[in-house]
Amino acid sequence: MHEAPLLGGPYAHEKVSISRTMLWVMLALLPATAFGLFQFGWPAIFLFLVTVISAVVAESLSLWIMKKPQKLFLLDGSALLTGWLLAMTLPPWAPWWIGVVGALLAIVIGKQVFGGIGQNLFNPAMVARVALLISFPLEMTLFSSPQPLFSVGAPDLLESLEITFGSAGQIDAVTSATPLGHVKTELSRGLTVDEALGGTDTLWQLGLGTATGSLGEISAVLLLAGGLLLIYLRIITWHIPIAMLGTLALLAGMFHLIDPASYSSPLFHLLSGAAILGAFFIATDLVTSPVSIRGQLLFGAGCGALVYIIRTFAGYPEGVAFAILLMNACTPLIDHYLKPRVYGRDRSGEPLNYADEDGEA
Amino acid sequence: MLSAILIIALLGILMGTALGFAAKFFAVEGNPLKDEIEELLPGSQCGQCGYPGCSPAAEAVVNSEAPVTMCPPGGKALAEALAEKMGVSIDLSAVEEKEPVVAFVHEHLCVGCTKCFKRCPTDAIVGGPKQIHAVFGDACTGCEKCYEVCPTECIEMRPIQATLQTWYWPMPVKAA
Amino acid sequence: MRLFRIRGGVHPDDQKTLSAGQAIENLPMPPLLHIPLQQHIGAPAEPLVKRGQLVRKGQLLARSQGMISAPVHAPTSGRVMGIGGYPAHHASGLLVRTITLKPDGYDEWDDDCEGVPDPFTLAPEEIARRVAQAGIVGMGGATFPSAVKLNLRKRYALHTLVINGAECEPYLTCDDRLMRERAEDVRDGVLLMARALGVEKILFAIENNKPQAQQCMRNAARSCPELRVVGLPTRYPMGSEKHLVQTLVGKETPARGLTADIGVVVHNVATAAAVHDALRHGRPLISRVVTVTGGAIRQPRNLHVPIGTPLDHLAKYCGGFHDEPAKLISGGPMMGQPLPSLRVPVIKGSNGLLALSKDEVRSQVEMPCIRCASCVNACPCGLVPLNMAAHIRAGSLESSVDLGLLDCIACGSCAYVCPSHIPLVQYFNYAKGELAARQRAQHKQGETKRLIEARTERMEAIKKAKREAMAKRKKEMAAKKAAEAAKAEAAEA
Repeated sequence: MHEAPLLGGPYAHEKVSISRTMLWVMLALLPATAFGLFQFGWPAIFLFLVTVISAVVAESLSLWIMKKPQKLFLLDGSALLTGWLLAMTLPPWAPWWIGVVGALLAIVIGKQVFGGIGQNLFNPAMVARVALLISFPLEMTLFSSPQPLFSVGAPDLLESLEITFGSAGQIDAVTSATPLGHVKTELSRGLTVDEALGGTDTLWQLGLGTATGSLGEISAVLLLAGGLLLIYLRIITWHIPIAMLGTLALLAGMFHLIDPASYSSPLFHLLSGAAILGAFFIATDLVTSPVSIRGQLLFGAGCGALVYIIRTFAGYPEGVAFAILLMNACTPLIDHYLKPRVYGRDRSGEPLNYADEDGEA
Repeated sequence: MLSAILIIALLGILMGTALGFAAKFFAVEGNPLKDEIEELLPGSQCGQCGYPGCSPAAEAVVNSEAPVTMCPPGGKALAEALAEKMGVSIDLSAVEEKEPVVAFVHEHLCVGCTKCFKRCPTDAIVGGPKQIHAVFGDACTGCEKCYEVCPTECIEMRPIQATLQTWYWPMPVKAA
Repeated sequence: MRLFRIRGGVHPDDQKTLSAGQAIENLPMPPLLHIPLQQHIGAPAEPLVKRGQLVRKGQLLARSQGMISAPVHAPTSGRVMGIGGYPAHHASGLLVRTITLKPDGYDEWDDDCEGVPDPFTLAPEEIARRVAQAGIVGMGGATFPSAVKLNLRKRYALHTLVINGAECEPYLTCDDRLMRERAEDVRDGVLLMARALGVEKILFAIENNKPQAQQCMRNAARSCPELRVVGLPTRYPMGSEKHLVQTLVGKETPARGLTADIGVVVHNVATAAAVHDALRHGRPLISRVVTVTGGAIRQPRNLHVPIGTPLDHLAKYCGGFHDEPAKLISGGPMMGQPLPSLRVPVIKGSNGLLALSKDEVRSQVEMPCIRCASCVNACPCGLVPLNMAAHIRAGSLESSVDLGLLDCIACGSCAYVCPSHIPLVQYFNYAKGELAARQRAQHKQGETKRLIEARTERMEAIKKAKREAMAKRKKEMAAKKAAEAAKAEAAEA
C-alpha cells in the first residue's frame, strides 16, 4: 500500500490554491483597471501590456536560473499580479522602458532574490515603484489628464505607439498634476486648501475616476468595490484596510479641524492618490503583512499614519508606497511580538490558573 | 579641525587603554565550557570520534579542533546541543545520522571466551567463562568494542527496530 | 442554553448523507478474528490463554497491566489459533502482539457474563471497577481506559459530565445511528457514568446536522431532568474535548491539563452504550459500530462488527470497491490514519473505514508558504502553524515547542485551508515524534553514564580488593618467614 512516501492527513481539502487566490485578486482589480485603461487610451494599454509581459518573462528567467520548475511557478499567477499592480501605479503615458525596468526590479530584486514566492520581505511592486521614482523622477511624475479612448483629444493608435515606444516624450499640451501634487505645490505657494482645490468638483472627480493620476489612483469607487469583494471572499480580512483608512481619516480629520485652510479634509485624503488601492490591494499583500489580527491592525494603523505624515509634512505628494515599504520592514518584528493567545494559556504564555481568579480551587 | 583630531585621538587612546586593562583583569581562568561539553557527550568512551575518550574529545571541541558534529552516537541531537553551547551555527543536513545499532550474539557460534564482556563499557553483556554470552539490548550503546574482539565473529551489530511505541511520522518530502 | 464561541475551526463538506440513512446491520462472523493486545492507550494487555485453548464469548483473553491499561475479551466462542505478531491497525504497518481466534459458529456466552439487575444501587467505585473489568475504552477514537476517567472523581472536584455526540468528522455516522436506534441504552449508560463520577449535571452535546438524533435523545431523556440535550453549531473540531467543553461551559482547559481541572469529564456516546451493556448485561466490550463509507465503496453502511474482524470482510459485505480507492483511511478524513492494508482488524477505537476515490482526495503538489495566515485564522488553539512549520523545516524543533507545538491538537484545520497544500499536520507529528525520540535518547545517555560509572566503580573495587589481598598475603608471608626464621634461630640456640 505504501509505495509512495507516507503522506499524512487531513485527506480532505478546501477548494483553495495559490492560483485561485491570485485570480480572484486580479478579478477584483479588473473593473478599475478596465476603466482606467479606457480613460487613458492606447498609451496606457500598451504600457500595461508591456509591464505585465515583462513581469512574467522576468519570472520565467529567474526560475530558469534557479533551476526551479517553470510551469508550476508561472501558473500560480503571482508574477502576473505583481506586474499588474506595478502597472497600476505608473503614470499611464510613461515610456515603455519604465514598465520593463520596473517589472525587472519588482520580480528579480523584489521577489526572486529573496528566495522566490513567499520569501520576500518587501512588497515587490512597491519596491519597483519607489526605485523608479527615485531613479527616474521626471518620467515618474509626469502625469496627463484623462483622454478617454475614442474621445476627441485622445491620441490614435499611431500617436499612442509614438508616446509609449517613441523617444519624443510626452505631449506637453495635456500634462497636468495629480490632485495631491497640485494641492501640495499650491499650499507651498501660500494658497489655502479650498483655493487650491476649487470646490468639491475634485472630490467627485476622484471618486468617479475623471481626475489625473496613475491607473490605480483613478476610480476610488471601483477599487472599493473590488476590495469589498475580496473581503467577502475571505481572501483578505477587513483589519488592514479599515485600520489604514481609519487612521488616515482620523489624522486628516484632526488636523483639518485644527486648521482647515492648511490641511486637506479626510475625504480628500481617502479618495485621492493610491489610498484605496494601497489599503485593499497592496498593504494586504499576504506575504509581507503580519499574520495575527492584532499585528494586522497595528500594521494598518502604521501605514495610515505614515501615509498622512508623508503626504502632509514630507517632500513627496504621495506617500503610500513609502509607507507600505516602511511597515513591511516592521512586519517580522510585529509578528514576533504580537502573537495570538494560545488556547489554555494567558497572554504571557503561562497555563491558565483559575484558582487566582475567584479564590476557589 | 585640529581640535577634532586631537579629541578623537585622545578618546581612542583612552578606550584602548581601558580595553587592555579589562582584558588583563577580567580574563577568565581555565575553561568551564569544557566540563559542560563533557557532560553533554555520551561518556561511553567508545572512541568512534577518533579521540581516546570523551574528555579529550570535549577538549578538542572547546578548542575548535574538532567540529561539533564529531560524535556519531550522539547524532543530530547532540550536534545541535553542542552547536548551541559553542555558539556556532551548523548545517544539520550534513550530519550523517548513523543508524543506532545494538550488538547481538549469535549463540550457536559463541565459545564463551569472555573477551567481549570484559571490554563492554556498560556491562551490557552477561556470561561467564565457557558459558554462552548474551547482550542486554537496552544497555548496549552500539560502540562496537565487543564486535572488534570476538574471535568467532559471532557478534552482529543490528539496527534498532521501530516499535509501535517508538514509530513516528517522517518529515514530509517537499516537491518544489 | 447559552453557548460560547470557539476560535477558528473549519466547515468541511460533511458527506454524511452517504451512510446516515443506513440502519445498523450486524456483520456476519468472519472465518478468523485477530484481536490485538494493544487497542488502548497505556500498557498492552498480558495474555492468559494458550494456543489451542477453547474460549467462550466474552471470556477474558488478556488481563490489563498496570494503572493505565485495559483487558481484552473474546468476541465470540471458538479456539485460540495462536498468539503472535500481526499487522497492527496503524499507519506504520508494524506488527503487534495479536491473539488469533477461530470462531466455532456457536457464539456461546461465557457463564461469568452476568449483569446486575439494578446497577444504580452499586457504589461509584464498583461501577468504575466493572467498567474496567469490561475493557471499556474511549470509543470516539482516543481509546483511553474509561474507568480511569471515571475514577477522576477521587482527585478532582467534578460537577458536569459532558457526552460527546458531536461526531464532527465528515463521513462518519456511527454515533448518529447509535443515538437514533439505541437512545434508551445510551441514556442508561450516561446516567450510570454520572453516578460513577458523582456529578449531578449532564450535558449531552449533539451537532445540529443530526436533528433526528437530537430528537431521539430528547425523547429518551424526558424522564431525567438532570440530563440536558444541547445542540451544537456544526463546525469542525467541535468534537475536540477541550473545545467542546469551552463551547458548553465557557472556560478553557488550562494548557497541559485535563478538562477535569475545570470540573468536567467528557465521554463518547458509544462508550456510554458500552457501559450500559457491561453493567446491565455483564457484557464486556467485544463489538462496535463501524461506518464503512467513501466514494469508492459500492454500498456505504453502518455495521455492528465483532472486534478483530479483518477490514476486507467489512469492505466485501458493503459490495467491495467501484475501482481502486485512492486512499484507505481508518477514521474520518481530517484526523484519520492511512491503513497499511485491508488485512488489519477492527479494534475498539475504529469508528470508520473510509475508501476515498481520486476525486475526493484532491491531492495537489506542495507549494511554498505564502504567509496568507489562513492557517492562523483556522487554528482552534490560537497557534501560528506557518511559523511552527517553518521552524521545523529548518530543523530547530526546540523553537517550535516555544511557539506552542505541544499545545497543538493535530485537528488538521490548518492543513485543510492551506492554499499551498502544505502537509502542516505531518510536520507537527514528525516534530513531536522526533522530540520524543530525542528525549528517549537523552534518557538512554543518562542511563549509559550511570552504567559506565557503576562499572568503573566495580573495576576499582576489584582492583582495590586485589591490592589488599596482595598486601595481606605479603604480610602473612613476611610474618610466616619471620616466624620460621625465629623458630630456626631458637632451634639452633
